Amino acid sequence: MSRGLAIDRLLARQPDAAAVERFLARHRFPLVEGSTATFVFRGEADEVLLRHWIWGLPSARPFQRVADTELWYLVEELPAGSRVEYKLEVVRDGGRELLQDPLNPQLARDPFGANSVCQAAGYETPAWTLPDPEARPGEIVEMAVESRALGGRRRVGVYLPARLRPTRRYPLIVAHDGFDYLRYAALGTVLDNLIHRLEIPQVVVALTDSPGRLEEYAAQPGHARFVTEELVPKLERELPLRGGPSGRCLMGASFGAVASLATAWRYPGFYGRLLLQSGSFAFTDIGVTHRGPAFEPVVEFVNAFRRAPGRCVERLFVSCGVYESLIYENRSLVPLLQRTGMEVRYVEARDGHNWENWRDRLREGLSWLFPGPLWMVYE
Amino acid sequence: MTYLLFPSPPRVLLGPQRLRPFLVEAVRRAGIEGPIGVVTAGWQEREEEVDELREHLGRRVVNLRLYQRAEQVLAGDRELFRAYRDRQERLRRLQELYRLRLAYALDAVRDLQSRRLAPELLEPERSAAIATVRALDAHHLARIAEVHAAFAEAWRPMERDSVARHRQELAALAAQCAAFGVAGGHVAVLLNRLRLFGVGEMMADKPLFAWSGGAMVLARRLVLFHDHPPQGRGNAEVLEAGLGLVGDVLPLPHARRRLDLADPSRVALLASRFAGEACLTLDDGAELSWNGSRWRANAEVRKLLPDGTLTVGPR
Repeated sequence: MSRGLAIDRLLARQPDAAAVERFLARHRFPLVEGSTATFVFRGEADEVLLRHWIWGLPSARPFQRVADTELWYLVEELPAGSRVEYKLEVVRDGGRELLQDPLNPQLARDPFGANSVCQAAGYETPAWTLPDPEARPGEIVEMAVESRALGGRRRVGVYLPARLRPTRRYPLIVAHDGFDYLRYAALGTVLDNLIHRLEIPQVVVALTDSPGRLEEYAAQPGHARFVTEELVPKLERELPLRGGPSGRCLMGASFGAVASLATAWRYPGFYGRLLLQSGSFAFTDIGVTHRGPAFEPVVEFVNAFRRAPGRCVERLFVSCGVYESLIYENRSLVPLLQRTGMEVRYVEARDGHNWENWRDRLREGLSWLFPGPLWMVYE
Repeated sequence: MTYLLFPSPPRVLLGPQRLRPFLVEAVRRAGIEGPIGVVTAGWQEREEEVDELREHLGRRVVNLRLYQRAEQVLAGDRELFRAYRDRQERLRRLQELYRLRLAYALDAVRDLQSRRLAPELLEPERSAAIATVRALDAHHLARIAEVHAAFAEAWRPMERDSVARHRQELAALAAQCAAFGVAGGHVAVLLNRLRLFGVGEMMADKPLFAWSGGAMVLARRLVLFHDHPPQGRGNAEVLEAGLGLVGDVLPLPHARRRLDLADPSRVALLASRFAGEACLTLDDGAELSWNGSRWRANAEVRKLLPDGTLTVGPR
C-alpha cells in the first residue's frame, strides 16, 4: 500500500540512475514527511544499516536497495518533535564501516566524535542555544583546587556572568562534566542567553571534570567530599556567592547526575537545587544489575537511596529522553522523589542519551530552579 | 480614551531607549529648557551609570540616586529595615495567593474563549468570566493597598529622620530641574524607591518623560506581562498601584517581544480585562505624549482592542 511518500513515488517509476539523481537533488535527507523519515544512501554496498540508539527498536535497521541502482533507502516512523542521532553502517567486500550520513549536514558532537542527526517534524534547534549578539558573554576562568579527598590537584573552570559585581551575591551551580557541557551542550551560550533574557538570574557555574568519571561519579564518597568540603567552600571564600542551600545547585548528566544526587544525599541540607539529566540511576529489586561492573557501585547507592531517600534538597529538575534505556530508571525515581516532599519537575523528550538532548532541556530546568527577574524588568 | 482628569504639564511616554535612544528629540519637541532630573533606580547597582544618558541629552542631568539613598536608609535605620522586609514578605505572599486564584480564573476565560456555542448562550458567560478576573484584580489591588497603608501608618517612613533628610535633599534637587526622566529596569524596585521618598509628588507638577518600565510605574496600576515565559502560562498580573500620573494609559513596553500580538484571543483578553485603561504598546520608536489637553501618539504606538485587533493608538 502506498504511503504517499516521495520514495514510494520514485519506486513506482522503476527509476534509472538519472531519476535517482533528480530525486537526490530535489530533497534534503533524511526526508521527513509527516511522521516518517526516509533515510537514503547512494553507493556500492553489500548491505547498509541504520545504527541508532533508540531504546526499544533493534539498533541496526537494514536499508533496501532500489533495483538496478546504487540507491538504498529505509523508511522509519518518527513521531513529531523527535530528534535522533545515528550513523550509517556500510558493509562492502566483507568489511564494515560506520559513517556519518554523507547526505545530511546536521551533526551532533560528543566526546566520541560526531553523529548525524535526524530532526523530525516539529523539532527546531532552540534559538536560546545559539549565540545572540545582544547577549553579553560571560567569562570562563580556570582555577586549580588541591584535593585531599581525591588526592592531587583538580582543574576547575568557572563561568562568571558578564557584569559580575563584587557587592552582589550570586547562586552557584556545580556542573559535573562541565567542560563537556561547554563543548557539546553550548552551556556558555545558553547561560549568556538565559541571563540576557532575564529567564535566570546571573549565576556562577563551576565546571568540573574527572580523569576517572565512571569511578568517581559512581557515588564515590571521596567525590562528594571534594565537591562539598573543598570545592564549594573555596569558591564561596573567593567569589561573591550567596551560599546557603537555596544558592547552591549540583547538575550533571548520565553518571554526572548520579554524582550530583549522591553528593546531595550524603550532605542533606547543604544543597538546595539539583538538575539531573538522563541519570544512570540503575537499581535492582532483586538479583544483580545486567548493566556491567561500572554500574555496581551505582546500584548500591541507588538501592540505598531508594530505601531511605530523605529530603536532601528543596527542588529538583529531572529530565530523560524517551529513546534511552534509562527512561525506566528515571520514571521509577520520580514518584520516590515526590514522596519525600521535595519539589520535583520531571520532563521527558523524544530524544536519546546525548548532549543536545541535555542542552535542549537547560532552559526549562535552569529557569525552574533559578527563576530570573523576567517579569519585573523592562529596560 | 479619556483624558487626564487634572490640568497636567506634559507627559511623554517612550519605548525602550537602550539601543536607539530618541529621548532628546522628545525633550526638544516639548520645548524643555534646563536640567533634567533622572530616576534610574530601576537599574539598581548601575544607577550611577548615566554618562550615556547625559551625553545623549547634551545638558545637565541631575541623578536623584533613589536606589542608593534607599540602600543607605535601610542600612542605617534597622527598625525601618525590619518593617520594610516584613512588608515585602507579606506582599510576596499575597502575590502568590493572587497568582494562584488568577490561574484558575484565567483558565476559565480561555476555556470559554475556545468553545463554539450559540452567542446568546456563550457571550454572557464569557463576559462574566472576565468580570471575575477584573474583580480579582481589584481585590488584589485593595489587599496590597491595605498592606501599604498599614506600613505607612505604623512606621510613618517619610517622617523618620533617615528618610526625611533625603526628602529634603530631593526636594532641593527637584526644584532645580525643568523636567524629569524616569528610566525603566526593575519596576518593583523603581516603584518602591519612588514611593519611599514620595518622589511622585515632587515630579507631578513638572514635565515628565518616562520610558519602558519607567512608563509602567507612572500608570494607575502596575501590570506585569509576558506571553512566552519559560515557565507557566504567561498570565499578566497586577503587581500594585502605580503613581497614577498618566491617567488611564496602561503602557506595554517591549510588546512585540513580550506579547503574542498575533493571537486575537490573548489581545482580546488583555484589552477586556483592563478595559478601564487604554492598553498601549511602547516598542522601539514609540512615543505617546500628553500636551496638557490631549494624548498624541506616533505610528509605532498600538492600542489593544477587546475584539482582539490592534489599532494605531491612542484612539
